[in-house]
Amino acid sequence: MNRDMERYKEFSRRALLVGAGQAALFAALAGRLGFLQVIEQEKFQMLSDRNRISMRLVPAGRGEIMDRFGVPLAINTQNFRAFIVPEQTDDVEKTLDKLARLIPVTEEDKQEVLVQMARHRRFTPLLVKENLTWDDMAQVELNLPDLPGVSIDEGEIRSYPFGPATSHIIGYVGRVSKAELTDDPVMSLPGFRIGKNGVEKSFDETLRGAAGQVQAEVNVVGREIRELKRTDAKQGHRLTLTLDADLQMQCQEMLTRHRSASAVVMDAHNGEVYALCSHPGFDPNLFSRGIPADIWEELLADDTHPLTNKAVSGQYPPGSTFKMVTQLAAFEAGISPGMRVFCPGFYMLGNHKFHCWKQGGHGHVDAVQAMAQSCDCYYYEVGKRIGVDAIAKMARRLGLGERLGFDIPNEGPGLMPDRAWKLRRHREQWQQGETLNTSIGQGHVLATPLQLATMTARLVNGGRAVKPLLVRTIEDEGSQLKNWPSLGLDPNHLAIVIRGMNAVVNEPRGTALGARITEAGYSMGGKTGTAQVRAITAAQRAAGVKNEDLPWRQRHHALFVGYGPITDPRYVVSVVVEHGVGGSKAAAPLARDILLATQKRDPKKIHTVDEAIEAAVREKEQREKLRREAPGPKKPPSSPRARKEG
Amino acid sequence: MAHSNFNRDNLTLPEKFFSISWPFIVLLTIVGAIGFMSLYSADGGHAEKWANPHAVRFAVGMIGLIITAMIDIRLWLRFAYVFYGLCVLMLVFVEIKGHIGMGAQRWIDLGVMRLQPSEIMKIGVILALARYYHGRTPEEIRNPIFLLPPLCMALLPVGLVFLQPNLGTATMIMMVVAAMMFVAGVSYWFFAIVGTAAVAAVPVLWSLMHDYQKRRVITFLNPESDPLGAGYNIIQSKIALGSGGISGKGFLQGTQGSLNFLPEKQTDFIFTLFTEEWGLIGGLGLLGLFVAIIIYGYFIAFNCQSQFGRLLVMGIIINFSLYIFINIGMVMGLLPVVGVPLPMISHGGSSMLAALFGFGLLMSAHVHRHVKFTRRGMDMV
Repeated sequence: MNRDMERYKEFSRRALLVGAGQAALFAALAGRLGFLQVIEQEKFQMLSDRNRISMRLVPAGRGEIMDRFGVPLAINTQNFRAFIVPEQTDDVEKTLDKLARLIPVTEEDKQEVLVQMARHRRFTPLLVKENLTWDDMAQVELNLPDLPGVSIDEGEIRSYPFGPATSHIIGYVGRVSKAELTDDPVMSLPGFRIGKNGVEKSFDETLRGAAGQVQAEVNVVGREIRELKRTDAKQGHRLTLTLDADLQMQCQEMLTRHRSASAVVMDAHNGEVYALCSHPGFDPNLFSRGIPADIWEELLADDTHPLTNKAVSGQYPPGSTFKMVTQLAAFEAGISPGMRVFCPGFYMLGNHKFHCWKQGGHGHVDAVQAMAQSCDCYYYEVGKRIGVDAIAKMARRLGLGERLGFDIPNEGPGLMPDRAWKLRRHREQWQQGETLNTSIGQGHVLATPLQLATMTARLVNGGRAVKPLLVRTIEDEGSQLKNWPSLGLDPNHLAIVIRGMNAVVNEPRGTALGARITEAGYSMGGKTGTAQVRAITAAQRAAGVKNEDLPWRQRHHALFVGYGPITDPRYVVSVVVEHGVGGSKAAAPLARDILLATQKRDPKKIHTVDEAIEAAVREKEQREKLRREAPGPKKPPSSPRARKEG
Repeated sequence: MAHSNFNRDNLTLPEKFFSISWPFIVLLTIVGAIGFMSLYSADGGHAEKWANPHAVRFAVGMIGLIITAMIDIRLWLRFAYVFYGLCVLMLVFVEIKGHIGMGAQRWIDLGVMRLQPSEIMKIGVILALARYYHGRTPEEIRNPIFLLPPLCMALLPVGLVFLQPNLGTATMIMMVVAAMMFVAGVSYWFFAIVGTAAVAAVPVLWSLMHDYQKRRVITFLNPESDPLGAGYNIIQSKIALGSGGISGKGFLQGTQGSLNFLPEKQTDFIFTLFTEEWGLIGGLGLLGLFVAIIIYGYFIAFNCQSQFGRLLVMGIIINFSLYIFINIGMVMGLLPVVGVPLPMISHGGSSMLAALFGFGLLMSAHVHRHVKFTRRGMDMV
């Protein structure tokens, strides 16, 4: 018993020691619990919310682009995409192999998925294949039970119904590059495309819209359990262009007669661009889907520059199409329209001989004759008299030598040299010989087809400073049309110049007589131009080498600027045929066909859809206003038809 | 006092039944109910998957507890070594079967449930040690020779469990054995020496550990080192606990649990799920219930007339408190994640069975606290 007592005492002592140890451990547990739940509560609350709340962006539909009559030029079409969630399948590669039996999944596609898989968490859906056809999509949908982790998602892809015909105007969209990345969260969406060129680029933010946002509670695999908050996406604004898609198609088709050419058709009075063509083009739809490397390389290597909008970015010596500028400058400097210059076929400056294009010479010519026959000697003479600075000043007033602020990117500035420019650029004095070259649009002078069209418009619209306009209305912003200020040119001077341009086409000895419009009811005037790509050597001149026998790259550019109809001109056109040899042979017939087609369509006279809607809305407002002001006997609200008719 | 008259050595069954400590049973039932509720929440408000089986197991286990409590403690003493031997055999069986079936297999399929012998093994060790030290005189206990049998009794199952491999249970068995030897009166010197040796053995153990075990230790020391992999569990558990705050997110409102950020929420991390929803108040309340059970156990131990009963009860409550401490310490980032369930709360048959069986033995010691018996369990005359 004594021994038992001793054991009991020893036991109690030891048990209490163990109990003290346990008490300490449990106190530690309680302390830790308090620490986590009281002191660190805020931090863990935040982490818990970060876990469970996920922000998801809802893509906004890109604004559509229409022509002036509402014909779609850029729209969004369905894009079926196949995704795979690695977590939901045991063997990703096996599932991809199965998928490859149903839809065209290449080895590269598979490798890409495996690369992406290593970079993302296992529940992130990875894109396997885009742009599935309806049949492919249906095949996959049907076999989904056999394809664990595979899902089909319907996105939007930009599509251009007119393809290459409007490629240079509309541009195209593509994946965001690093340089284009801004803090706009919408850019992080996998299917997001940014405008890369043309209107898509310059109006990207207008077209882009604003992404919506969904705050959702998600579970650990990222599946949404419920929506907490949602702001809807705002579709991008719709743009209506001044373009006439039908005319654009016709013009683009006409340009295919030549290897490389561009043309601009615009309204002389308000600057609306009806057609703007550059040939050859490319298919912008390829870009929306990711252009294959070989096609891209081919486009880059092509010496006709299909990716460049030559009507806007191409810069050419204007050649004789510049003579209107020299002519107007001469009139303003006081030279009489009746002044005659004798042309023996060349012009001597000191002991340097300047050739007229016509070897035998034109004899005595006045202003109108000089224009009609494009006599170089006449312009050498007046150019020498008035000096280059007067010519340059007039050229700038007519829209040459600087950017017009057009609605699409990469506009060429052209070049209008003068004394100050020469000094600045080459640190040399201006030579009189250069004045002579400048006065016939050669030498340093450069102009884009768009500038040439603008110049022509300013000549025939009574001397107003019109600028080309491509975007007619922006949804929510309305019409972009403007009234243009006067340039302060003498109408009499302009009339003589126009008479000259009329004579070019419609009078005997005119350089474009062969390209006149013979169809009754339609007419045009204009000016040819042939721009030297390289100087004609004395040896070539002596040997009588024909320009068309030279390699394509060395041939002259053919130009034409024109307007129609002759009385009260409405439409102007400029055409440049690269290395087309001669303005009258290559460019004038093209300009004639374009002006004829334009006059036949007469896009100006047709009401646009927008205008029709605007008019209807105004009319309705007017009616309602009238009804409010004069409250007659009230009609029963149940007869809407009667109200509509009344 | 009517009770003072009955024969203390030979109680009738009704006497035994009425001397069961019912407040203790009520405490256990409250904890079991908390388990039911937590499992109901763990399955997003559905009882079928986890909560109902839990209730059934608890009920069955409770009947087992009462039967165990009414079995004479002398029988438990007599069959202590036999029970221990059976447990070892089951462990060996699992080990062999595991070798054949490849990988770590820790259970025996009984049809109705999968029994993990390692859970029952702990009780076998407790019974065996209690019997061993019940029969030792203080002189014998002070003699180092008499340390060998209990050490062998401990190391055999520890080795088997370690091979499974189940580091958590192996550690727990060793700790229970150490604590029992301590309360049995083994010299302080022994613990000093073993403690030093244990520290020295750490590098050896490290080299014996499986990669996933090593990773757990590393992750424990720095969970942020691998936030998406091994550290994920513990980080998510801390987030769930911490975000619960003082009053919790409310029943069925725990986001970490219901959205599945919390791993193993029905087993190892059930405490996290509970405290995310019930906050510090709930967590401390549950801890309080556990502490109450343990203190109750101490009273029972101190009231036992026999050394066997005292050691048995101590072993049971030490084992129980180790479960709680390791599990809760683990989910709060105090201990490495070793896969120890929370008794009577976590989903799982073996741990529930082992816990209630243990408490049955504890209750048997209580019911038979006045019974006096010899070293071999024979009646003392």
